[in-house]
Amino acid sequence: MKRALWTLATLLSHWRRHPMQLATLLIGLISATALWSGVQALNQQARISYDRAAAMFGGARTATLVAKDGNAFPQSLFVDLRRAGWPVSPVVEGRIQIGGRSFRLLGIEPMTLPGEVGNAPTVARGEFSAFITPPGQMLAAPETLSDLKLAQGARPQANNGLQLPPLRAQESLIPDILVVDIGIAQQVLNMPDQLTRLLVGKTKGQRAPLEKVTGDRLRLVEPDASTELERLTDSFHLNLTAFGLLSFFVGLFIVNSAVGLAFEQRLPMLRTLRSCGVSARMLNCVLVAEQVAFALAAGLAGLICGYFIAAALLPDVAASLRGLYGASIPGQLALKGEWWLAGIAISIIGALGASAASLIKAARLPVLASAQPQAWQQAQKRWLKLQGAAAVLVFAIAACLLWFGDSLLAGFALLAALMLGAALALPPVLERALALGERGADKPLARWFWADSRQQLSGLSLALMALLLALAVNVGVATMVESFSRTFLIWLDGRLASDVYVGAKDDRQANEIKAWLRERNEVQAILPSGRADVQLAGQPVEIFGIVDHATYRDHWPLLEASPNAWVRLRPGDTAFASEQLARRLKLSVGDRIEVPAPGGPWPLEIIGIYADYGNPKGQLTVNYAALTRHFPGIPQTRFGLRVEPSQISALISATREKFALDDRSIGDQAAVKAESKRIFNRTFAVTTALNAFTLGVAGIALLTSLLTLANSRLPQLAPLWAIGVTRQRLAAVELLKTMSVALITALLALPLGLLVAWCLLAVVNVKAFGWRLPFQLFPLQLAQLVGVAMLAAFCAAVLPVLRLARMQPANLIRIFANER
Amino acid sequence: MSASGITRRSFAAGSALLALGGAPRAQGFAGLDERADGFARVVPGRKFSFPADHGPHPEFRIEWWYVTANLRDAAGNAYGAQWTLFRQALQPGTALEGWATQQVWMAHAAVTRADTHRATETYARGGVGQAGVEAAPFRAWIDAWQMRALDGFDANTIAPLELTASTVEFSYTLKLSADRPLVLQGDAGFSRKSEREQASYYYSQPFFKVAGDLTIDEKPVAVTGLAWMDREWSSQPLAKDQSGWDWFALHFDGGEKLMLYRMRQTDEKHYASGNWISPDGKATPLATTEITMTPKATTEIAGRRIPTSWHVAIPRLNLAIDCTPLNPRSWMGTSFAYWEGPISFAGSHRGVGYLELTGY
Repeated sequence: MKRALWTLATLLSHWRRHPMQLATLLIGLISATALWSGVQALNQQARISYDRAAAMFGGARTATLVAKDGNAFPQSLFVDLRRAGWPVSPVVEGRIQIGGRSFRLLGIEPMTLPGEVGNAPTVARGEFSAFITPPGQMLAAPETLSDLKLAQGARPQANNGLQLPPLRAQESLIPDILVVDIGIAQQVLNMPDQLTRLLVGKTKGQRAPLEKVTGDRLRLVEPDASTELERLTDSFHLNLTAFGLLSFFVGLFIVNSAVGLAFEQRLPMLRTLRSCGVSARMLNCVLVAEQVAFALAAGLAGLICGYFIAAALLPDVAASLRGLYGASIPGQLALKGEWWLAGIAISIIGALGASAASLIKAARLPVLASAQPQAWQQAQKRWLKLQGAAAVLVFAIAACLLWFGDSLLAGFALLAALMLGAALALPPVLERALALGERGADKPLARWFWADSRQQLSGLSLALMALLLALAVNVGVATMVESFSRTFLIWLDGRLASDVYVGAKDDRQANEIKAWLRERNEVQAILPSGRADVQLAGQPVEIFGIVDHATYRDHWPLLEASPNAWVRLRPGDTAFASEQLARRLKLSVGDRIEVPAPGGPWPLEIIGIYADYGNPKGQLTVNYAALTRHFPGIPQTRFGLRVEPSQISALISATREKFALDDRSIGDQAAVKAESKRIFNRTFAVTTALNAFTLGVAGIALLTSLLTLANSRLPQLAPLWAIGVTRQRLAAVELLKTMSVALITALLALPLGLLVAWCLLAVVNVKAFGWRLPFQLFPLQLAQLVGVAMLAAFCAAVLPVLRLARMQPANLIRIFANER
Repeated sequence: MSASGITRRSFAAGSALLALGGAPRAQGFAGLDERADGFARVVPGRKFSFPADHGPHPEFRIEWWYVTANLRDAAGNAYGAQWTLFRQALQPGTALEGWATQQVWMAHAAVTRADTHRATETYARGGVGQAGVEAAPFRAWIDAWQMRALDGFDANTIAPLELTASTVEFSYTLKLSADRPLVLQGDAGFSRKSEREQASYYYSQPFFKVAGDLTIDEKPVAVTGLAWMDREWSSQPLAKDQSGWDWFALHFDGGEKLMLYRMRQTDEKHYASGNWISPDGKATPLATTEITMTPKATTEIAGRRIPTSWHVAIPRLNLAIDCTPLNPRSWMGTSFAYWEGPISFAGSHRGVGYLELTGY
C-alpha cells in the first residue's frame, strides 16, 4: 500500500511541474461533462414535463370519446354510457382569463376518473370532499401560483367577473392548467350540462355498442402509445443530445491530447519506477487510480457547470418547445439523483476512454528500451493510412444510411457518420495539402515551414478535428436556421395574408358582422374560411376551405402544381395537399383521394402541394363553397378581412365594440405575425447558444494542444535559432503555421458544414416534421464563421507564440546541452 | 335491541365513502363516529311509510340498500350473491342540484362459489343520474347495476324485484319475490346501536325467494334460493369504542329467520344481540345474555386472521349450531376490506345464511 502511495506521489509530481497540462486535462474533462450533463438535464426536464402533460386527465394516453363534430355534447350521454356499462368519466374544458393571462380550465369528475389516468388519483384523494363540494378547489401548478402572485387559498376572479374556487398548489400539474370539479367548470365556462370529452377507463366488462347508446354523436379516439407531443419533440431532443455528444467528444479530444502528452513526458519516469521494482500491475493500477481521481474531481465540477448551463438555457429551451409545439415546460430545473450519478459515471468512462491508448502503452512498456522520441513520427505514415481507410469505411456507412435509412434516427446516424468520417479524413487530407505546399516552396525556411507543419500534424490533429467538427456543425446549423427562417417568413406572410381575422360566436352573429362590414368602405374583401376534421388512413386530417381570391393566389406559394391550379380549385372537385400529408400518404399532383364526408365520400384530385410548416396534422385545402356543401355542419363563423392598412386598428375597435367581441374573436394579423416571428427567433436561441459553446470548447482544445506542443517543440526550434533565425521571426513563423493549418481546416469545414446543413434540411427535417426546406447558401455568414474560426485559432496560438518570442536564449541553448 | 345491525353496513358504506375524504381514522371506522351536526337525528317513534321509505333520506348522513342471497344450481352446488348500494351526504344542508349535490354513492357486488369469490365496487356522484334511488316506481341503480320493481310490485313486501350487476368477471340477474311483510327491526324500526345516543332506522325483508341466472368467468348457471334485504339510514351510527362486529343473517330450513350480531368493543366487553323471526314474520328480540357466539376456526387472508367458523348457542330457543363458510376466502378486497360470504349451519337446526366480519 505504502509503495502504491509513493508511486502515486511520484506520478503526481509530474503535474506539479506542468500545471498547464493539468489544467488542460481538467478543462477537457470539465467541459465534456458539463456540456453533456447540461444537455441531459434539459432533456430530462422536458421529458418530465411531457409525462405530466400526457398524464393530464386524458392526454393522448387515455382513450376518449369526443363529439363527431368536435363540439361540446350533452351530459346525459355520460349517464347513458355509464348505465350501459361504459367506464367513462366526464371532462369539460375551456379557457379562462385571470388578470389578462389565459389558462386552460379543466373540469374533472374525481369519482369516476379512471385510476390509470396518470396523476388523477393523487388529485382526487386527500381532499376529495373539499374538491367537489362548494366552494371547491382550484388545483394549479406551483409555478402558476407564483406567476399569478397568489397564495394558496386565494380566490382569483376570472375576467368574466366570476369568483373562482380557492387555489391549491399541486406539484404534478403542468403550468397554464387549472383543474376544478366538473360542476364548477361548467359554471365558470358557462356550459351548463355540457361536456367536451369522456375519458374511457381500461376496466373491461359488458358494454353496449357505442352507436346503440349515443347514436352517431360520439366517436372513440384510441390512445397513442407515445404522445403526439413526444413524437413531435423527439427531433428537438435528439438535436440537443447530438450537440451534447459532440461537445463531449470534443472535450475528450482535449483530455486525450493532454493525457497522451503527459504519458510521453513521463515515459522516463515510468521506466525509472519499473527499474526501482514497481510491478507493471501496480504501475497500471496507480495510473488508473490517478485518472479516476481526476475524473471524479472534474466530473463534480463539470456537473456543477452543467447545472448552470442547463439553468441558463432552460428558458430558451422552454421558449423553443412552446414556440414549436406548444409544449409547456416549467422554467425551474429539477434534477434527479440519477443525473448526478450518470454525470460522474460518464466523466470517469470518458477519462478512461480518452487515456486508454496511453494506459495500454504503459502496460506493455518494455523496461529497458531506450527512449525513442521519434518513434511516433515514424509511425505517422502508417497511422495516416489507417485513418484514411477508416474514413473511407465510415463514409461508405454514411452512403448506406442515406440510401437505405428511413427513420429520424437514421438521419442523425447519417450526420454522425459524415462528421466522424470527415474528422478521420482530416489528418490525411491536411498531410496531403501540406505536402503540396512543401513541394511548391523553394526557400529553405519556407520548405522547413511546410515540413515542420507536417511533422506537427499528429500532435495537433485531434485539436484540429475538434475544430473541424465544431465549425462544420456551426455552418450546418446556421445554414439550416437561416433557410428555415427565410422560408418560414415567406410562408407566414402567405398564411396570414388577410389583415384582420374575425371569429364570431355563431353563424347568426357571423352573418350580422359580415352584413355590417360590407357597408364599410375600408373593407376591401371578406374572406370566409372553414375547417372540417376527418380521418384519412387512420390519421387526423384537416380540410381547409378558402374562397377564390387574389389574396391567396398571390401569397400562397405552391411547391408543385398542375397548370392553372387556382382556377381548377374553384369547382370543388380538386384540392391542394399540404407537404406533410402528401409525404405521408405518398400523394403527388394528379393523384385522386376520397374524403369521408357526412353525405358520402368526396372524391378529390390533388392539383397542388403547398408548404404547411409547423402543423402536425395533414391538411387539404379546397374551395370554401364546396367544403360547406359537403360538410354542411361546420361552423361558418371565421373569416379574414382585407382592409385599408391605415384603417385596421380603427376597424378592429369599432367591430369589437359593436359586437362585443373579445381579443380571441377579432385579431390584427400583423400582431399575430409579429408574435410568430418573435417566437420563431427564440426557437433557435438554444441552438445558437450551444453552437457558441461547441466552438468555444474547440478553441480551448486548440489552445491546449498548442500549449502542450510548445515545450516539446523546442528541440526543433532551437537549431533554427542557432543558425540565425530570430526568436521574433520564429514566433511569427509559428503563428503563421498554426493559422494556415487552421485556415485549411476551416476551409475544409465549409463543404462539410454545407453537407451537414443539407442533411438537416433534406433528411432530418423530412423525417422529423414531414417537410423539406429549400437549401439556400449564405456566403456572408460562411465568411463570418471562417473569421470566427481564425480568431479562435489566433487566440489559441498567440499565448505559446508570445512565450516563444520572449523566451530566454539560455533556454534555447540548454536544448543542445541536454541529451537530445 | 338489535342495536348493531346498523354497524355492519355502516362499516362498509361510511368507511369507503369517507376514505375518499382522507386517511382512515384510527378508530370508529373512517369517521362514522363523527358528530352528526347539521344532519337529521334518529329519534324513537318514527312512523314508517312505504313506498316513500324505500327511497333515499338525504337529510341523514348515510343510508344503504343491502341484499344477500344464498343460491343453488340444478346440480345442488351452492352459491352466494351480494348487492349493496350506499348513499352518503358529504355535507349537511339544503340539497343542491346537479354536480353540486352533496350526495355520493357507492356499491359493492360479489359472487361466491366454494372455490371462488369475486368482489367489486363502484362509485358515483348524485345529481346527474349516474346513480340514485327512486321510491315509486321503485328503482335503485348505479351505472349498469340495478334493483328495480317488476310488474305487480307491492311496497309492503318490496317485491317482486329484479336485481342485476355485471363486471368483467361475473354478472347476475336475479328475480326476488316475497309474500310476507317487511320486518321492522329494533323498537318498531328504531334500532339503538349503543347504550348511548347512536341509533338508526332499520327494516328488513328476510323472506325473499330467488330465481335467476348467475355467470362466473363466462360460465352461466341457473340458480334458485333465498335472499335477505336490509334497509337502514342514520347520521351517527357508530360509538367511539367499537372496533368491529360479527354479523349473521340465517335462513332456517323450518322457515324461521335469525339476525344475530356480536359487537366487539375495545374494552373486550363484547355485546351480542339478535332477532328471532318466525315463519309468519313475528319477531322475538334476543338479549345479549341469551347469546353465545364462539369462533371455532380462523382463516388467514390479507395478513389478518379472520374467524370464519363459529359455534352459536341460544338456550332459550334450544339452539346450538355450528356455522361453516361456503368459501373461507370470501374476502371483500374493496377500498375498505371486510369478510362477507355465504355460510351453512348444522346442529340443533339446519340452514344457510350470510356472515359478515369486520374490523379484523
